[in-house]
Amino acid sequence: PSIHPSHLFPFPFRRPPFDSMDAAVERLKTGFEKFKTEVYDKKPDFFEPLKAGQAPKYMVFACADSRVCPSVTLGLEPGEAFTIRNIANMVPSYCKNKYAGVGSAIEYAVCALKVEVIVVIGHSRCGGIKALLSLKDGADDSFHFVEDWVRIGFPAKKKVQTECASMPFDDQCTVLEKEAVNVSLQNLLTYPFVKEGVSNGTLKLVGGHYDF
Amino acid sequence: MDPAVERLKTGFEKFKTEVYDQKPDLFEPLKAHQSPKYMVFACADSRVCPSVTLGLEPGEAFTVRNIAAMVPCYCKNKHTGVGSAIEYAVCALKVEFIVVIGHSRCGGIKALLNLKDGADDTFHFVEDWVRIGYPARKKVKDECSEMPFEEQCGVLEKEAVNVSLQNLSTYPFVKEAVANGTLKLVGGHYDFVSGKFDTWAL
Repeated sequence: PSIHPSHLFPFPFRRPPFDSMDAAVERLKTGFEKFKTEVYDKKPDFFEPLKAGQAPKYMVFACADSRVCPSVTLGLEPGEAFTIRNIANMVPSYCKNKYAGVGSAIEYAVCALKVEVIVVIGHSRCGGIKALLSLKDGADDSFHFVEDWVRIGFPAKKKVQTECASMPFDDQCTVLEKEAVNVSLQNLLTYPFVKEGVSNGTLKLVGGHYDF
Repeated sequence: MDPAVERLKTGFEKFKTEVYDQKPDLFEPLKAHQSPKYMVFACADSRVCPSVTLGLEPGEAFTVRNIAAMVPCYCKNKHTGVGSAIEYAVCALKVEFIVVIGHSRCGGIKALLNLKDGADDTFHFVEDWVRIGYPARKKVKDECSEMPFEEQCGVLEKEAVNVSLQNLSTYPFVKEAVANGTLKLVGGHYDFVSGKFDTWAL
């Protein structure tokens, strides 16, 4: 479908566009140079061991939203957190067919890297959560993919609509942001290697919420 | 409190007092909405967060991270995670650039190169996922057969980015925006061994 429900994303404010591809690429290169001279070159004792390998303690799920990079909001340094970002920081249940992207990341983090903690972090004003709450039962999907993806959080939506029926929509979204994290935490246990790590005491699961 | 959780809370407090509270002009408009110019694909590897390596600020880049920064072809059945992110970025947020960034010493790329044709997968998911890059592996095996393994990996890290860039065009909304001139696709590679960052267009 080429028409998308505009009520889900009003954009009265737009940054001025880049003049060109060159300007856009230039900005990335400049950003890298700054990192190189101010961080990378100044901390050889830190970066040298990382060349050989990584041993992160955390696996982090965060939303792809441009405002919520966990390295920024939590001050995570290179080497600390193996990080997955997707719409609404969702962890679907184990499914080899549909969810190899998330499955492979969890598998690698737990079995190869042996992370100690998996943290799933939701956030305020999440467009994916808003889309989930806006789903109309029985209606056709208006996107190719988005509704299908956020439907991972459907049990949380049901819970919120049942328990928070009298709340305004925005307040329901806030509750749903956290309940969807809970669904993801539960879904983590459908991965046998996660379940085993948790039972052994070698792996902990933590929920989080960043309210900007 | 668990020290692992403590560390996250301390990290947040530092961000709050040193960045968030100091820059209300940046953070206030972001409360209402985001209008990032970039969509970035980067690897989940703990060493390569693009916000860190490229100094991307809050609001600049809608960012997907997965193993080996892979973009699979359009598939409603198998790839809704990536599909939904691209769809949202292009159709809702109207980003102007999609940047796919590979990196040195990528474990996912190494796994791709190590795949043994005909052998059973040893992981539940990993081989299946990295196989997205299979056309790049074939190319490297054909064209770089004399190179040592590690060098082949170096080439494959970049060829896999090219496969992802090509796969982006299987999404009709990407193809349309590129044809209209409102969207550009960029490849990148972060080499943390030599301290370099390269970019290119297909």
